[in-house]
Amino acid sequence: MSAPTVLLDARACERTLRRMADEIVERTGGTDGLVLVGIQRRGVHLAARLAALIDAREGGAVPRGALDITLYRDDLQSIGPRPVVGTTDLPVDIDGTIVVIVDDVLYTGRTVRAALDELADFGRPARILLAVLIDRGGQELPIRADVVGKTVSALPDQNVDVRVAELDGEDGAFLTRRGPSAA
Amino acid sequence: MTTGALGKDLLDLESLSAAQITAILDTAVPLKAVSERKIKKVPTLRGATVANLFFEASTRTRVSFEFAEKRLSADAVNVAAAGSSVSKGETLVDTARNLEAMRIDMVVVRHGASGAARFLADRIDSNVINAGDGTHEHPTQGLLDLLTLRERWGTLAGKRVCICGDVLHSRVARSNIHGLRKLGAEVAICGPRTLLPHAAEDALGVTVIDRIEAAIEWADALNILRLQLERMEAGYIPSLREYNRVFGVTRERLERAPRDILILHPGPMNRGVEIDSDVADGPHSVILDQVTNGVAVRMAVLYLLRGGRPDQAAAAGAAAGDS
Repeated sequence: MSAPTVLLDARACERTLRRMADEIVERTGGTDGLVLVGIQRRGVHLAARLAALIDAREGGAVPRGALDITLYRDDLQSIGPRPVVGTTDLPVDIDGTIVVIVDDVLYTGRTVRAALDELADFGRPARILLAVLIDRGGQELPIRADVVGKTVSALPDQNVDVRVAELDGEDGAFLTRRGPSAA
Repeated sequence: MTTGALGKDLLDLESLSAAQITAILDTAVPLKAVSERKIKKVPTLRGATVANLFFEASTRTRVSFEFAEKRLSADAVNVAAAGSSVSKGETLVDTARNLEAMRIDMVVVRHGASGAARFLADRIDSNVINAGDGTHEHPTQGLLDLLTLRERWGTLAGKRVCICGDVLHSRVARSNIHGLRKLGAEVAICGPRTLLPHAAEDALGVTVIDRIEAAIEWADALNILRLQLERMEAGYIPSLREYNRVFGVTRERLERAPRDILILHPGPMNRGVEIDSDVADGPHSVILDQVTNGVAVRMAVLYLLRGGRPDQAAAAGAAAGDS
């Protein structure tokens, strides 16, 4: 395996998240009815960071939630042992709100599809936006991100590896080559 | 994580590892939250068909499985012994094979014969879940008891649980004993000697306590079994009143407990026999939590069993980790 290419280092991550936070508020026209919902697991931490940045800039407290999309995956019949189910926790009734789904990487779009289905089971937001730290291309569904940290064109045999300090001890985004037997 | 993966069937807790039991309980926690949503349904088992094959009467367990199946979007068919071709003498395997010929994916089976679930599992391709077989095991009841206790205590390690009553005939007791011991709890049994298994200390690794007062003094939780009224007719106990006087869990007895004690009962209860109403409805009781948790652990088992087959896993391996 060749050495990983750095897409974003810790400083760049911080700058990028700041810009994304501003862009979210710009697009939603303020924080009224705004809810940030991160997709388990790294999306949850990114959503919390973005919410904190928005709180600092705008005042107030943007509600933040977590979505575990495992039960909504479209490949459960084919992936071998069942993936671990995490917690879904939406702090507020999402009817009529503006929900921003936050994830680390946008690739096939299937996770976002599952997240949209899951959100629909909780209520009917007025609007749903998608914010991702890295859009690596390769979407298999008609799904696009509204707020993007960095766009890269990754090859199918490459991994985009986002690390967050809360889980991985450091912030960053890296491009690695997928090993032949990587799962 | 793979050590927590289940095989094709759930037949008992005796053959599961602590990691497998923990994986089921850990999965039950987020699945329990599904029942608290406005829309109590997830699409996880869409397209899967489950046959609930009940050769013995059951309301609670069957309804609990049915809720679990429906909340995971599986299609459920109930087959009760009465009114089906079972009453015409069709064998267990013939019934299941006929259902399989109609392309079912999973079978939940309750049967009066110990070992019936394994017998079936060895002969059909569908996943089999044991919902109680004779006096052998009732694994999902054991799991829901474990989840209820773990919710209260955080961990079962080092905790003391006494199973009270007709342990001899109880599949609930057997599943509890295996599950509790695997997760590190100490287990005792208490009841009239006529209703306790012989040589239980060695065979099951439990302590035998003869007096209910001593059990209350020893335990962090009592799991009080239903006294089957047929046992009295069969001469195991002299009378229900006598049983209540000697072994009944009453408020007066519980008030002498040296620590906070949890009261479990698998239901249906004989109020005034093995448990008094004061206790069943009192502050120590977690009996309704057990019922709620029953749906959650059954959802977890359905979810974990109905995974992809190993041969399909290799093909999909590369796609599994992406976003």
